[in-house]
Amino acid sequence: MQRVKEKAIELLRSGEVSRVLGWKTGEFFYDLTPAVFESVEEVEKGFVFSLFSGANLSKYLIAESKKEGKIAVFLKPCDSFSFVQLQKEHRIKRENIYAVGIQCDGMCDGESLRSAGCEGMTGVEDGESLTVHTLYGDQVIEKKEALLGKCQTCKSKRIVDFDELIGQQGEDVPSDRFAEVAKLEAMTPEERFAFWRTELSRCIRCNACRNVCPACSCEKCVFDNPVSGVQNKAVADSFEENMFHIIRAFHVTARCTDCGECSRVCPQNIPLHLLNRKFIKDINELYGDYQAGADFDSRPPLMDFRMDDPEPSVIYTRGGAAK
Amino acid sequence: MKKIAISELNSLFAAIAADRKLYIPTDDSTGQSQFTIWEEGSILSRNVNTVRSAKDSFFPQVENLMGFKVTGKQIELIETRDPAESFAVFGVRACDVRSFDILDRVFLTEPVDTYYAQRRENVCIISLACGKPSETCFCTAFGIDPAEPKGDVTCWMTGEALYWQPNTEKGEALTAQLSVLVDADVADIEQEKAAIRATAEKLPFGKLDLSAFGQGKTKELFNRPEWKALSQSCLGCGTCTFICPTCQCYDIQEFNNGKTVKRFRCWDSCMYSDFTKMSAGQPRPTQTERFRQRFMHKLVYYPDNNEGIFACVGCGRCLRKCPIHMNIVKVIKTMGEGTK
Ligand code: SF4
Ligand code: SF4
Ligand code: SF4
Ligand code: SF4
Ligand code: SF4
Repeated sequence: MQRVKEKAIELLRSGEVSRVLGWKTGEFFYDLTPAVFESVEEVEKGFVFSLFSGANLSKYLIAESKKEGKIAVFLKPCDSFSFVQLQKEHRIKRENIYAVGIQCDGMCDGESLRSAGCEGMTGVEDGESLTVHTLYGDQVIEKKEALLGKCQTCKSKRIVDFDELIGQQGEDVPSDRFAEVAKLEAMTPEERFAFWRTELSRCIRCNACRNVCPACSCEKCVFDNPVSGVQNKAVADSFEENMFHIIRAFHVTARCTDCGECSRVCPQNIPLHLLNRKFIKDINELYGDYQAGADFDSRPPLMDFRMDDPEPSVIYTRGGAAK
Repeated sequence: MKKIAISELNSLFAAIAADRKLYIPTDDSTGQSQFTIWEEGSILSRNVNTVRSAKDSFFPQVENLMGFKVTGKQIELIETRDPAESFAVFGVRACDVRSFDILDRVFLTEPVDTYYAQRRENVCIISLACGKPSETCFCTAFGIDPAEPKGDVTCWMTGEALYWQPNTEKGEALTAQLSVLVDADVADIEQEKAAIRATAEKLPFGKLDLSAFGQGKTKELFNRPEWKALSQSCLGCGTCTFICPTCQCYDIQEFNNGKTVKRFRCWDSCMYSDFTKMSAGQPRPTQTERFRQRFMHKLVYYPDNNEGIFACVGCGRCLRKCPIHMNIVKVIKTMGEGTK
């Protein structure tokens, strides 16, 4: 992990790049902040890549790649899917970016440790399992219990696009990321409705999910625009909030790379990824397997037209998707 | 001082809820805690604090202010205010109890916010000492004692019993209604208090140096270069403001269907791009100015207007929940260091 920091220093020192986008140390061991470093001194003082570098840095490139000079960025496999998707959408200037891919074995954060039962955390030792020091004594937990939700169902260890790699290139990995979606599909409509009403009822409409999302890259969201007529700081009824999430999921359909950031940042632990994955699963079933951000050439199913495109309503009334 | 066995908690809650709504922290499906209306079967959360703060009780996220009905040239006013009903909130931590004082200074000074005032009058606050503070807690930096929260009633929980100490007339009146409570000795909780204070001593930011902030520091801090780096990766999501017990900004808007108009208020956030938007333009054009506002308000402007009192209670919510892990402690430390 030290090699990542060394690489940042090397790139700045050699003049290859003038800035580095990475993670900055926090006050605890787990609270790293995405940051741009402009000098070797800044990197030496604050740059860190650790088990807690979960934040996906790709979206920052929309603004950063339009500035003067070249910027280096560090990308985990899942981040690289967002990076490619943003390129396909012409949102970033690739020529201003030096991308360093990093092998990744999964990430944790303070909240995921807390869900695993730790409170009062003051330090951690990373090994086979994690030893978490707390105000109330040490706690040993299995790493896989403490992983971020997105890492527990990691879809790929492959870094899709990079100029240089640190560690090993990986491959797509078998993942049961659709298992929970299948469970929801197996519910009756009433049960499913109740499930989502309960989950979404906790939403405080802070918009963290939208603002962190690399697929939500509109300069001004229609819901923030006072003249759009649909700006909604407040909801007319309790269903409107629910609709926002459904609409947002539709809006990012076939562009969502399943990077998992939305669920990671939600202060209310709303399983937003299940909405997105439902759409991904449906697309796979209707139009053939498709993974946003996995390559540069494929055409996004919802922006493509083929004579043999299925008609979803017909397929489902006939009892199942064509495949 | 009174007490009740932990195993009997349910009967205590039932007794309080007999003639009023009672909110208690319960765990949601993901194990985080939320204030919910007590009903038979509710289980008290053992988490140190709720995701949303207790301010929701008096200052809900959305609230109707009034309505209008338009017929021809007549405009009729419609009262949409909730009926005044008494309620109780149990399990409020010391930090959140202190946040009410901070909100009161805003909403209860002239012109009094009657919506807020009405709820404030009708509530009975039952606080609960913090058995197990989190590393993100730094209430002690603001002189708050997690072992001795204020409120109408203060409670402590030991392994076996919940101890109950009324502090105000409202608290006494409620206590008189609760025959399930039995007499207890004040000395019984000394050990528990000492244990909480011993933990509080060890809190990483419990003695945070706040000397760079407070009254009269605007000029020194406003144009500091550090704001840029601190706000650099802020998403402008507003999570920090919505979960903060002392954030108090709102917007007033209207639903208008051409015949009737519903005027409501809803939380707003200084982190949002349209927060200070006016017809003449936007005085806070980038996230840096918006970000600066949030922290300057808590640490300088509010103290300026309120005899030096800070508008942060150290609850630590923004430390836990900011998607990029930027928060008031990092601001205090960074600015403090730059001042030395
Ligand atoms: S991050 Fe969570 S609470 Fe915030 S708007 Fe999104 S779903 Fe709602
Ligand atoms: S919707 Fe969620 S998972 Fe999909 S790209 Fe956006 S943040 Fe990532
Ligand atoms: S400081 Fe954090 S929580 Fe607050 S608006 Fe910025 S990103 Fe969101
Ligand atoms: S600024 Fe942060 S720590 Fe302070 S009261 Fe608000 S949420 Fe709590
Ligand atoms: S900040 Fe203090 S009062 Fe608040 S929950 Fe933590 S220990 Fe308790």
